Amino acid sequence: MTVIDRYSRQELFQPIGKLGQQNIRNSHALVIGAGALGTAIAESLTRAGIGKLTIVDRDYVEWSNLQRQQLYSEADARDRIPKAVAAKKRLYDINSDVEVVSQVMDVSIEEIEQLIIDVDIILDATDNFDTRLLINDISQKANIPWIYGACVGSYGLSLTIIPGETPCLQCLLDTIPLGGMTCDTAGIISPAVQIVVAHQVTEAIKLLTGNQSSLRGSLLSFDLWLNQSSSIAVDKMKKEDCPSCGNIPSYPFLDKAHSTKTAVLCGRNTVQIRPGKNTTLNLEKLALGLKPLGQVSKNDYLLSLTTGEHRLVFFTDGRVLVHGTKDITEAKKLYHQFVG
Amino acid sequence: MSVFVNGKEIVISTGKNTILSLIESYELNPKLVIVERNKEIIEKDNYKSTILKQGDHIEIVHFVGGG
Repeated sequence: MTVIDRYSRQELFQPIGKLGQQNIRNSHALVIGAGALGTAIAESLTRAGIGKLTIVDRDYVEWSNLQRQQLYSEADARDRIPKAVAAKKRLYDINSDVEVVSQVMDVSIEEIEQLIIDVDIILDATDNFDTRLLINDISQKANIPWIYGACVGSYGLSLTIIPGETPCLQCLLDTIPLGGMTCDTAGIISPAVQIVVAHQVTEAIKLLTGNQSSLRGSLLSFDLWLNQSSSIAVDKMKKEDCPSCGNIPSYPFLDKAHSTKTAVLCGRNTVQIRPGKNTTLNLEKLALGLKPLGQVSKNDYLLSLTTGEHRLVFFTDGRVLVHGTKDITEAKKLYHQFVG
Repeated sequence: MSVFVNGKEIVISTGKNTILSLIESYELNPKLVIVERNKEIIEKDNYKSTILKQGDHIEIVHFVGGG
């Protein structure tokens, strides 16, 4: 076997063929989130020979990720490597032909407007609805399809959203679900992740290879443990007055008034605080100032301070993760205590 | 009376025979579910007033955030 054979089995699959493979090669996918869904999606698309893949994540690798986040190793967890950085390294080992762009950042309005440039498809691998509704709006505004995926416990669901054709996430949701709803209590098993990813990536490949007629066209869910699955045709739920995809869209989640400055991270007993304007933290300087206050450790990307029952992790872009609390007010208090 | 929920037959007790009570029996938030009865989507406003009938095929999909 030679490199030439690399995609032979995928090309032999008739609906893809050599032409479809070329289409995949000429495509740019944006994967938002590099957790369980994001790592599996990224690996799958990288092996499939996507031309360019951008992967974005705000977090770093922890031991509790290794059970299901398939691109990461023990070394990544030990050294607290940012997920996007660790993912890129592993993806390059898998397929050096793919141009992988990694971004360590929290995606909000300004970031997403930059991220979607030249992108053919957006894959949702986030763990919260704030970011999903942002993706939903930008997808409509820039006319880029996106594929929603989510899972918790042994349950998962997925929906493919194509601007101008299908209903969008906003059409289907009456209210914004709160991020940390069930993750703390329900946990997650890896096979549930894999099923969601299988649906997301298959839909992505259909779209990228011009097989639109094969798209599923329904909202799909399953529970692997309860041996249940469900599929609902939602095409009739497209709303003419939808603020995101209706006749007169206002894209409410691209409005700064909606942007979140603090977020409770799903299942982590952690609050993220993000400064309002773009800032840069000098970690060297910060380390000196914080040393008298607790145990400080640092790498090229972040600084960690352990004090009492809390651990604060500072990123160079100014973000801080406050571990050991779900209380935004308490987190803010600690944040201001240490960064002023 | 019994109905099929996501393909599984379940028994409904008297007085708990609306779409809303069915959703609540699964401890789901009515605002975060999509419900289909016999291939027709039920509007959220009608969950309370829609009465289940023997043998109905109900599909319930609920949104979650994890990933």
